[in-house]
This record gives sequence, C-alpha cells and structure tokens, in this order.
Amino acid sequence: MGRISLRSVGLGLAAPVGALVFALLVCGVILSITGHPPFSVAEDMIGSLERPRTIANSLNSATTYYLSAVAVAIGFKMRLFNIGVDGQYRLAAMLAAALAGASFMESLPSVVRILLTILAAMLVGAVWSGIAGFLKVTRGVSEVISTIMLNAIATALVAFLLNPDRLAVTVAGSNNIGTAPITEGGQVPGIPYSGSSSDVYGLVALAAVVGVAYWFMLNRTRFGFDLKATGESESAAVASGVNVKKMVLASMLLSGAVAGLVGLPQLLGDSHSYALDFPAGLGFTGIAIALLGRNHPIGMAFAAFLWGALDQTSNVLDLSGVPKEIVVIMQGVIVLSVVIAYELVRRYKLRLEQRDVGRALGTTKTPEEVQG
Amino acid sequence: MTASGLAVGVQDTVAPSRRRRSPMIYFALAVAALVVVSLVRVLTGAGNLTSSGTVAAALTAAVPIALAGLAGLWSERAGVINIGLEGMMVLGTFGAGLFGYQYGPWVGIVAGVALGAVGGLIHAVATVTFGVDHIISGVAITLAAPGLTLFLAKLYFTDAPGGGQKQSPPIEDVPHVSIPGLSTLLGDIEQLQWFFVSDLAGLLRGLTTDVSLLTVVALVLFVATAYALWRTAFGLRLRSCGEAPFAAESLGVNVYKYKYAAITMSGALAGLGGAILAVASSQFRDGQTGGRGYIGLASMIFGNWRPGGVAAGAGLFGYTDAMQLRGEGAVHALLLLLGIALLVLAVVQLRGKRYAVASVATVIGVLFIVWFALSDQVPPELVSAAPYVVTLLVLSLAAQRLRVPKWIGRTYRRGEGG
Repeated sequence: MGRISLRSVGLGLAAPVGALVFALLVCGVILSITGHPPFSVAEDMIGSLERPRTIANSLNSATTYYLSAVAVAIGFKMRLFNIGVDGQYRLAAMLAAALAGASFMESLPSVVRILLTILAAMLVGAVWSGIAGFLKVTRGVSEVISTIMLNAIATALVAFLLNPDRLAVTVAGSNNIGTAPITEGGQVPGIPYSGSSSDVYGLVALAAVVGVAYWFMLNRTRFGFDLKATGESESAAVASGVNVKKMVLASMLLSGAVAGLVGLPQLLGDSHSYALDFPAGLGFTGIAIALLGRNHPIGMAFAAFLWGALDQTSNVLDLSGVPKEIVVIMQGVIVLSVVIAYELVRRYKLRLEQRDVGRALGTTKTPEEVQG
Repeated sequence: MTASGLAVGVQDTVAPSRRRRSPMIYFALAVAALVVVSLVRVLTGAGNLTSSGTVAAALTAAVPIALAGLAGLWSERAGVINIGLEGMMVLGTFGAGLFGYQYGPWVGIVAGVALGAVGGLIHAVATVTFGVDHIISGVAITLAAPGLTLFLAKLYFTDAPGGGQKQSPPIEDVPHVSIPGLSTLLGDIEQLQWFFVSDLAGLLRGLTTDVSLLTVVALVLFVATAYALWRTAFGLRLRSCGEAPFAAESLGVNVYKYKYAAITMSGALAGLGGAILAVASSQFRDGQTGGRGYIGLASMIFGNWRPGGVAAGAGLFGYTDAMQLRGEGAVHALLLLLGIALLVLAVVQLRGKRYAVASVATVIGVLFIVWFALSDQVPPELVSAAPYVVTLLVLSLAAQRLRVPKWIGRTYRRGEGG
C-alpha cells in the first residue's frame, strides 16, 4: 500500500456513497409516484434496525452474503466471471446436508462431523466450478455461458436428488421435503445476541476466517500476486512466466470451493436440513456485493452487512402496505450506479493525474496562463 | 473493471474457406434429421416424437426463446453482450400483464415491447456511454427487473378482479390461424403411422394449424432482421461496430448511435418475447420467464450469431421443452436421439481430423445410447436440464467453429483507437 492522501480516500469513498445517494433518490421518486411517503418508509426501516433481533438477522444474512461475495471476488480478481456461484452453493449445500444428516455420521465426534461437512461442501462446489474452468482452458468456452448452463443443470440435479426415493425425507407436519435432519452433534451452535430471540450463526467465524484467508492469499502469496497480475494484464502475466491456464483452473476451483461454503451457516446453524425452501439466488447477491465492495475483504464485509440490513429491515414494510420489493429495486440500482460511479471516478482521477503530471513538467498551461 | 474476460483457451479460428453453401445442403440436412427422428420413433414406438401436437407445443415454447435469441443477436452483432435479456423479458411480461388485461392483448404486446426497450436503453447508457462492463450491467438489470415488477404487481394487481399479489388478471389471447383444408388432409396422413411420410405430415400440420398470430409476427421479425442486418447499409454499419468499431469510426460511422440503436432494439425484442409469453399463458405471473432469457442467449451462441441458426437453436430448445409435457416415452426416446446426434457429430469431427473431440463425442454418445438401452424412463426432473446439457455439449465440442463478433464485450470510446 502506498501513501494515503486525503484525495485518494475521498475519491475512493465518492463512488459508493454517491451510488447509495443516487439509489435512495431513485427509490424515493418511485415511492412518491406510487403514493407512499418516502420519509416515513425510511423511518420505519431505520426504526426496525433498533431492535436487536433485526441486527442479529442482518448479521446472519451478511455472513452468507459475504461468503458468496468472496467466491465471486476470487474470480473477479482475474477477470473471471463465476456466475455459477448460485448453482455451486446449492448443489454443495444439498449434498453436504445429505452427508451430515446420514446415520453413519452419528458415531463421529462433533468436530470431525462438522469438518467433514465443510470439506464435502467445498469439494462439491469446486467440482462444479471446475467443469467450467476445465471447459474454459481446454475448449475456450466462455465461463459466463458455461456457468449459467451449470446453474440450470444444478437446479435439475437438486430437484432430482431431493426426492423421497433418493436423498430426501418428508418434513414432519408439512408437505415440504428435505434431506434427513442433522442431529445435534453435526450442528454448529449459535452465539446468543442479547435482547434477540434469534442467535447469530456460529459459522460467522468461518466467514471471518475466509475473509482473512482471502486477504492473505491476495497480498502475501505468490498465487495471489499472479492472480492479480493476470487480471491486470494477461499478456504481461504470460510474459513474466505465469501459466494462465493453470491460474484459470486454480482460481475457478478455489472460487467454487468458497462457493460451496455459502449455504453452510444457514444449514448448520438454523435449518439443519436442505429442504425445498432453502434460499436460492445467493450467488447473484454475491456478485452485487463483490462489486459494491470492490473485491476488497473489508469493503465486501460492509457491503454484505448493508445488504443484510436492507433485506431484514424491509420486513416491516409489508405491515405498512409498502411492497418490500422496493429494497430489491434499491439493490439493483445500487449495483448499476456503483459501477457507473467507479468508472466516472476513474476517468476523473485520470484527468487529475494528467493535470498533476502536466503541472510538474510545465508542459500544460493553467487557465490563467492561457488568458494572460 | 472493463474487461472482456481472459483470452486463454480461445483459439483464433482459421477462417474456414467460405464457399457459400447452397441452401440445398441445409434442406438435405433437415430431411436427414427428420429421417433419423422418424427412425427413432418407429424403433421406440414413441409416437409423440413427431405428432402435430408436439410440434405445435414446441413452436409455442420456441417463440419466446427465439425472440430472446434474436434480441441477443442484435446486441452482440453491435459488440455488446446482453446478459440482461432475462430482466428485459421480465419487463415485457409485466407490460403485457398491466396493459393487456385492460386494453386487450395487442396493446399489452406494445407495452411489453416498450418496457423492454426501456430496459435496453438503460443497458445502452451503462455500457456505451459509461463504458461499464457488459456482464455487470446485464446482471444488475436482471437483478432489478423482477424486484420492480413484483413491487408494481403488488400495487396494481392485488385488488384488480382476478389478479393477485404475484399475478395479473387474465389477458385475452390473440386470434389463431390455420391454413384452410390442409389440416384435415395432413391429419389423415399422420394417423397412418407410415415411416417418414406421417412424420412429415405431423411436422407440417403442427406448423400450419392453429398458429398464433404472434408466432407469425415473430417469423416476420426473423426475416426482417436477416434482411436489415445483412442486406442493408444500416446492417453493414451496425455489424462493423461489433467487429471493428475504430475502423467504422474512421469511415464516419457514428458508432455510439448504432450501438444505442442495436441495444434498444435488443431490449424491445426481449420485451416482445416476454409479452408473448404472458399473452400465451393468459396472464403475467412472477417468475414467469424462468430463465428463458438465458436459454435465448444459449440459442444465439448455438446458432452462431445468425438468424437462421438462432431459429434452429430455439426450435431445439422448444422441442425439448414440449417433450417434458408429452409423457415419459417420448422423453426416453430423446436419449437415443441425443446419442445418435453425438455419433453423427463424431463422424463429422473425424473427417475434420479433430480426433480428440471426435472420441469425446463418441464416448458421450455411446453413454447416452447405453443409458437408453438399460433404462425404461428418464426421471422427469432431469429432462428440464436437457437444453442446458445440449448447449454445453455443443459449446465444448463445436466451439472452434463458432464465429464470435470480434469486438464483443469490449469497451469502445470514440477517438481512442490505436
């Protein structure tokens, strides 16, 4: 890291803050047009944030989102678009749930059980993303298209396996079906949050570990350096001896392994079974958060919490007759406007630098000089 | 982050010696395909493979996919990846739902097209004016569109008669047309169950009987697109923006303008696809598009960025879609069909001396045939994966023959050419 000047910090924050303000404005306008006073909506949402339960749930959502974002970010760092995080985590969570709920696991010590579950999930995720990586390096198939296809295939595969004839059992007292429930030894206990009826997932620690490992990998290992170098300039990386094919495969596998973890905090901390109502679409949320947090381990943590808080506070809106999808609109606007804002800031910075260089070399004239 | 992804693994295709193939070749291919299909029908006794009902259902299923593919084609020919097709289709379904139930289906269609075009315009502003990465902008649109439509649906449909929080009141369908006289004649031939002749009759009957006017509109749009993009100066300029924008710029083409036109058109077509989907199923429902935008994108790649290919790809996807509704026997026969298709592909690759690809295709093809021989039915859940598996297979076995627009996915800014 170089020196930190006031200007660079200001410019760094300008984009996300600007995008947030813009998204608030857009949503405010939509709310006003549809006849809902925007300020009272905002007041309701902020009000609900004062309840400890909302905070605990936001933290839980953020844990999941953060893992998903890191999985996406590993690819982004070398310009790989792993759109397939969605399919990877669903397949991984489903198979890991089946393993953790299997009866032969009962006899194992709790720690071993949990570790096995985590490893299984990572392995499944890595295999599923590995297909896309393999096709990319051997056949040049765009990972964007192949992962979209693999998402759909994963959906079919999960539907196929989640059948009472195969891996699923009927959930007692409902017509929902899911994998066999994980007994207590395989669960990860929650962390009580004072004043809240719901605990914070125990696996929030896992997200923290993944975040630190991601930071370490990027900034302290040769692999991370090669990863970033390839992302900055493929031809320069090749010239300096990086085997890009190997890097693509490795980073796809790594991204998939992290993607495999996405479903686990909820699986081991709350639902204890992969049923039909297991959350879907978290992979796309991860893309949004990775963009908002600029693939930075801490930036993404803030973004993940923002997303979680938006989701959780929107639950009060239905009570006051405002469709809570206003939050989804806001999230979409944030993603689009934040990338536009980053681009504008980048162009502005370039101009500033050009001006600075010009001034230092004395080759460009200031407006006063031109006039005088 | 303005990137077009890594170039690793992508081999520059040696431009195949383009002697223009005569249309007869394609005709012969189609006949050969039908012979194989009818052979499979006779062998497996799955009469549904070529019945007019299946063909008609396939046509209905194919139209929204085909329009999404055509939408992708417009955008990508101008050099902009449009992964937001899904979101633009969602906007189209909503437009058709909101206006269709109040003012009739045609107004609904127009509204769907308009809303889709707005989605396209947003994509154009982000990618062309601001140079945002195409994938990111597309993902954002696909993220926001369902939220927006569900928000509005809750506001406008909840209290409407016959509507609900997640669905619109019913929309009338547009008129359907048949070619008079042909239907009964072909129907009689179809009943005879003759090899090939009855299959052909079933195919033709499905394509000429009780066809929605919207399908006709889609057909006209395909012909119009082929003409506009390949036979007019406008089309040449538009495609040049997707191949070599700086060369186009040096010849005085306003690249921004053409890209804007192409992406807006893309959004409008995707909106039309969504609107047709809503009208054909008589209402707007949340989540109605079900990934058809992505399948459209796949059919465009499958079709090698050409209108005829897109139509063929969409037809294939529509066919597997229809198969799912047509009972397990037909689906089971599909396995054999897929196996044979892969073996044919292997022979073609062998003639091109691509031994590795040929052997992989052979192995997978044999596996499908073995699966067919050893089983009585395919689990219905797996059938929905068929179009995606086929796309993956096509991409990985035939990727080298695909000809992608040269400037696809890259940012263009006026005056920055080297």
